[in-house]
Amino acid sequence: MPLFWLILAVLGLASVGYVLGRRRALQSAGGDSRKLHSLPSYYGFNAALKSAVPALLLLVVWLLAQPLIVNNTVSELIPDSAVPESSSRGLIMAEVRRAAEGLENAVAAGLMTEEFAGNAGADVEEISQRLKDAGQIVTSEITQPVMRAAQHYRAMNTTGGRMMSVAVLLLALVGCLWGLREVAPAFRARNVVENGIRALLIAAASIAILTTIGILLSLVFNTIEFFRLYPAWDFFTGLNWAPSFSGRGGSSDLGVIPLLWGTFYISIVALAVAVPIGLFSAIYLSEYASKPVRAVAKPMLEVLAGIPTIVYGLFALLTVGPLLMKVFGSDGLGWMQAGTAVMTAGLVMGIMLIPFVSSLSDDIINAVPQTLRDGSYGLGATRSETIRQVVLPAALPGIVGAILLAASRAIGETMIVVLGAGAAARLSLNPFEAMTTVTAKIVSQLTGDADFASPEALVAFALGMTLFVITLGLNILALYIVRKYREQYE
Amino acid sequence: MTDATLNGDGGRPNGSLTTQDDRTKARNRAETRFKAYGLAAILVGIFFLVVLAVSIIRSGSPAFTRTVVDVEFTLSQSEFEAAEEELFKTKAYQSLFISTLKGQLDERGVEVAFDEAAIERLLGKVGGTIREFYTANPDKLGEPVQFELPASSRVDGYFNGRVTRESIQDSRFLMKADLDLVDVLHDAGIMKSSFNWTFITGADAGVDNPGGAGIGASVVGSFFMMLVVLVLSLPIGVAASIYLEEFAPQNRFTDLIEVNISNLAAVPSIVFGILGLAVFIQFMHLPQSAPLVGGLVLTLMTLPTIIISTRASLKAVPPSIRDAALGVGASRMQAVFHHVLPLAMPGILTGTIIGLAQALGETAPLLLIGMVGFVARGYPEGIAAGFTDPNSAMPAQIYTWAARADAGFYEKAWGGIIILLAFLLTMNIIAIILRRRFERRW
Repeated sequence: MPLFWLILAVLGLASVGYVLGRRRALQSAGGDSRKLHSLPSYYGFNAALKSAVPALLLLVVWLLAQPLIVNNTVSELIPDSAVPESSSRGLIMAEVRRAAEGLENAVAAGLMTEEFAGNAGADVEEISQRLKDAGQIVTSEITQPVMRAAQHYRAMNTTGGRMMSVAVLLLALVGCLWGLREVAPAFRARNVVENGIRALLIAAASIAILTTIGILLSLVFNTIEFFRLYPAWDFFTGLNWAPSFSGRGGSSDLGVIPLLWGTFYISIVALAVAVPIGLFSAIYLSEYASKPVRAVAKPMLEVLAGIPTIVYGLFALLTVGPLLMKVFGSDGLGWMQAGTAVMTAGLVMGIMLIPFVSSLSDDIINAVPQTLRDGSYGLGATRSETIRQVVLPAALPGIVGAILLAASRAIGETMIVVLGAGAAARLSLNPFEAMTTVTAKIVSQLTGDADFASPEALVAFALGMTLFVITLGLNILALYIVRKYREQYE
Repeated sequence: MTDATLNGDGGRPNGSLTTQDDRTKARNRAETRFKAYGLAAILVGIFFLVVLAVSIIRSGSPAFTRTVVDVEFTLSQSEFEAAEEELFKTKAYQSLFISTLKGQLDERGVEVAFDEAAIERLLGKVGGTIREFYTANPDKLGEPVQFELPASSRVDGYFNGRVTRESIQDSRFLMKADLDLVDVLHDAGIMKSSFNWTFITGADAGVDNPGGAGIGASVVGSFFMMLVVLVLSLPIGVAASIYLEEFAPQNRFTDLIEVNISNLAAVPSIVFGILGLAVFIQFMHLPQSAPLVGGLVLTLMTLPTIIISTRASLKAVPPSIRDAALGVGASRMQAVFHHVLPLAMPGILTGTIIGLAQALGETAPLLLIGMVGFVARGYPEGIAAGFTDPNSAMPAQIYTWAARADAGFYEKAWGGIIILLAFLLTMNIIAIILRRRFERRW
């Protein structure tokens, strides 16, 4: 049964439970709802919750567990002899899955009977041929054991799916009946339902923790896998980034230093653009601007933050890059070889970061108590002297926090550097040269055709881990500074 | 004690208060300068915004028009039968078309020489289109039919300045001499611009056909993705916020959740892409490039945004509402669900729409879950397929176009951005209207 209908059936059962539970409660009280402990609808909700929640939970767990179990069982079916020297078990399993999918599609299209697709005695050549006829992609890797494993994989998945439907519906039915049986005037339905809802609320709040755990696990496991294939020392200290996709292992240089340098260089250029503009805008908006000016200028600057980064990426690639080429390129000063460069990406990223710096600094400058300013004016200081010598020092920790947050944005930014910074990893001081960043390389290593078991693809997870640690560190530092500052005035 | 008020050294020299001395003048100049820096910074920011807007509109608007050749063509029954007898059928239709075109040019008194190859370079295989039309609509034989035939993308480029007489090199795609023909046709009113519906409704075309590329299929992909995000992130985000704001006790578990949410809000979006790749595709074997997976990843990404804004709107509901509800005998759960939540709803919806708008424009995570290698050739078949069949999404489609070698795709990318920004603008305006109309100040 397709998943969609299964979920719908469970929800249907739950609504039936609600209606019946409510009616039963009223009946048990002889139609007088005052004799019930709770409002009648709570008896209905009790039945509905008991039928829907455990069943949907089982569904999710089953969906997570089934692929794991099937994969492991089928993987054990493949004899070691069937795994070629140059390949790995993971690759063979990918082949098995592909073949199983091909069989599934062929059966669905009516080009193959169910019996034929599942027939363990069928000839591999024949099945392959029929699959090819059905327009499915079949590689030469499909050998006798692979095809058998694929058939087994498919059979297990089909039975698993059927068992899941039955189990989930059964559980929903049992829960529904249980909820209905409980109905009695003395049953404290409201308390039970409210506890249940509370548990659901806690579960929803815990998803944030689960996401973090998911991020950490997916990064850590794959990073460990990468360091098993490629020495960690070489990764962190290597000065050369030259992945090769032809051979596996040994031939690639995967040093992170050039990428980190590119990342920091672009971020520094971006901050050099964003910090002065953002900070002065914030000062003007909070200290000088009249109300109507502020009402127009502030949202206009904030629009810059709402524009998707792909737009900035395209702006860098197609507008700013060619513009810089006209000035600094071979027709102009001759410093620039191509439109994609540190300067291009940094400049555009700087534009993107202006509102981050200005909004955060604006809030912080506004939070400086007016008494400080009044004191300074009273001593005869001009406005700018007050800002420079009183307001800014008082707001400095917060402004540093804002700049750190902007820096963390710059380091994690992807689309602008993918489109605007170029693809060559190099260590150079010339801002008009193309460089690349950690994020750009994560994209290029994971969107290529490399298989996920090779160091060239796994390195992306190590890069992701590096990125995660750096941005997390910056964020924690920024929040720490901002919080410490806030305590002074509250 | 100090006697700072006495006329000592460093004090103000005796002079009139109405004339400024040099030091005051310098201080006032510094004041003016400082103010000017601030104003300049704002103007620079706004200048960037204007440049961005202008370059988007200027580069993107050509994507919405295309050059067509508008010809009235009549095919009689006998001509149709004769053409069908030929060995090269489309060739026969093509020469019929060319003679019609020549006739129409003669009617207008325009003299120009051209051959079949030139027409093929400008309009592609015209014969095939015409034959297809008449085999599908045999009843139109003998009547005049208005044909609007799209010109090649290089002719489009000629009209919007991407291809010039100087830059063009003779190739099998377009010859310099063809441009004379183009000019003549244009002057005669046969070749003209029309609105490019294909761009709005079509799917992506191959790498060599920028003219036929459209964004429609990826809009559908984005729509299904946003549906997943809305259905998952709104209930989960609201539930999490209610717990944290109304029920959570002050303990380490609550602190842990809060720290996690504020950190997740600052995690780079590409890391969410890695999470999606590792968990949803490698581990759970969900289909690559599917809007379902994209929606799941974007849900995780938008949740912190929605939770933060929802908590703010729950916090804005005054405690007296809760107290009143509790006072007349409601349970805490009833107070929240019957009174606080409805009052906070406009704020929650505003936050959700803004979160959705953010998710709609997000590109980086989609690249990692495979939405970039895939060329969406058509619309998904049915609703279930809409979620699970590989499709593209608007920002991923724009990226794909920007990464292609043919410059004809660049204007499609800009055009795609106009459509994307139109969606974002609409969502934000709805959010602002919601806030203006329903927000209550207590």
